[in-house]
Amino acid sequence: MSDATPLGAGDERIKQRSRLREALIRPELGGIVGTILVFSLFLVFAHDSGMFSPQGVMNWSQVSAQFMIIAVGACLLMIAGEFDLSVGSMIGFAGMMIAIFSVTLGWPMWLAIVVTFALALGIGALNGFIVVRTGLPSFIVTLAALFILRGFTIFLPQTIERKTIIGGLREAAEGDWLAPLFGGKIFAGFFQWLGDIGLIETFSRGNRAGQPVVDGIPMLIVWALALVVFGHVVLTKTRFGNWIFASGGDAQAARYTGVPVNRVKILMFMFTAFVATVFATCQVMEFGSAGADRGLLKEFEAIIAVVIGGALLTGGYGSVIGAALGALIFGVVQQGLFFAGVESSLFRVFLGVILLFAVVLNTYVRRMITGER
Amino acid sequence: MADTKPIVEMKNIEKHFGSVIALAGVSLDIHPGECHCLLGDNGAGKSTFIKALSGVHAPTAGEIFYEGRPMRFANPRDAIDAGIATVYQDLAMIPLMSVARNFFMGNEPTRKVGPFRFFDHEHANRVTMEEMAKMGISLRSPDQAVGTLSGGERQTVAIARAVYFGAKVLILDEPTSALGVRQTSNVLATIDKVRKQGVAVVFITHNVRHALAVGDRFTVLNRGKTLGTARRGEITSEELQDMMAGGQELAELEGSLGGTV
Repeated sequence: MSDATPLGAGDERIKQRSRLREALIRPELGGIVGTILVFSLFLVFAHDSGMFSPQGVMNWSQVSAQFMIIAVGACLLMIAGEFDLSVGSMIGFAGMMIAIFSVTLGWPMWLAIVVTFALALGIGALNGFIVVRTGLPSFIVTLAALFILRGFTIFLPQTIERKTIIGGLREAAEGDWLAPLFGGKIFAGFFQWLGDIGLIETFSRGNRAGQPVVDGIPMLIVWALALVVFGHVVLTKTRFGNWIFASGGDAQAARYTGVPVNRVKILMFMFTAFVATVFATCQVMEFGSAGADRGLLKEFEAIIAVVIGGALLTGGYGSVIGAALGALIFGVVQQGLFFAGVESSLFRVFLGVILLFAVVLNTYVRRMITGER
Repeated sequence: MADTKPIVEMKNIEKHFGSVIALAGVSLDIHPGECHCLLGDNGAGKSTFIKALSGVHAPTAGEIFYEGRPMRFANPRDAIDAGIATVYQDLAMIPLMSVARNFFMGNEPTRKVGPFRFFDHEHANRVTMEEMAKMGISLRSPDQAVGTLSGGERQTVAIARAVYFGAKVLILDEPTSALGVRQTSNVLATIDKVRKQGVAVVFITHNVRHALAVGDRFTVLNRGKTLGTARRGEITSEELQDMMAGGQELAELEGSLGGTV
């Protein structure tokens, strides 16, 4: 090899990269910058609106947590090279199935939840199976699932109960052992103590007098954080994570080295269905009802959060932490505009603009990683 | 080569795709430590032939002996596990992933922490840097994306990867066809290094000069048939060129081109 450089010596043709350039190719960068920007903006313009009071923080934390839960699923699936447009319909469908099983059929709540999870995982697996078997774009396959699931979510309660909202879930969940895992709150004692020593406000009147205004961390937030940690560890620290990157980066190359690409993709579709069902279960426990229109447009919000978080739409590149930050930006802006008294329809304008910006930035970053090729 | 036993013997391999006969009885043997060049024009059946060996296609007829035993590979994984690795021209690497992640793709090292198994990045990074240094590629860091490497360097990473994971037979499918002069010489040098480690190399190409630069033996395929195997020194580049193109027509062409092909 005539031009081989001696071992250990640097190659003079390799330019030293600047720190800035190093930082720029981290997928989380957009999410980190965006989060700092959004928080600075609202701290300046909405600091006295109650947005940063304990209740305010709890408010946007919950909204962000909702986005986070579905973003983790969408993120891993997108890195594996596929989309799931049926996430929103799955949220509606899963919530409705829990309601039908527990309220209409009178099953115990834990059984309703377990059976719904099994059903959702089955549908996720079917989506994945159709995609890998037919080789069709997942965009089309899951678009079909979007309509089919939404259709059943409206049809079933109308046929059975002659209405599109089924209530009474809170009563049905009374005394159940599994339901608090989705609808409960933790650290209630700690928040009561915070209220007692005056660190957070307490209600001064009504039947909740003496109780703190924030009385615990909802399980929704616990789920969101747990899923983010789980997704991040699986993606970056396990061999399965390497398979996810490989499957999305180049499925054929991955197959040649023995990566079970089909299995990875189907599992990711199942994971997306799983997080949608977690979302749905938390939601029906919180609201005490299931509605046929729940989860509308959630699939796109999840995808936007993931893209803001630095993932490439073409797969093979992205970060769960980035997606979580994307979801945080999402929640903070949506609720922040409300606190700041800005017309809420402008939120959509913001979404569109930031999505466009993120996609352009990601394309640029991708060219940097692959050396402007 | 006569003193070593062949690691692979393929006898009268036939492959039919419907009514198309892609291979009409091709035989070949490969010895450890040799570079066996498989030459042929486009459509001669080179790819089909090596896909029979790498487990992608099951041959319609014929026998494959591997280390003296008859073998039938159901899928590429079987062949890889047995020690037959294939490096494809353009499907070897994933550009967006780091060199270390690519190097260990499908063979990730794991470290046990409690009941969980984690990707051992430390081990992967160290081995990748070592193996790349052996092949004469200096990486900025193991986190460097494969997309920043040149085409020749990518081929070299793929070859180093296959050898590191115990390939006894290495099939290279047109590794030099898309490369520039300098990159080609790098890949040919890599082939030479690998051969000296005792790996049997099957080098598929339609470039006679590349074949003659590293080949020990040469087998020419034409229209699904073999025109025989020649040893190094027994055959000239003109004769090889002639056999690949099927003689007659090229002779006419060469006349008009003044012997430049």
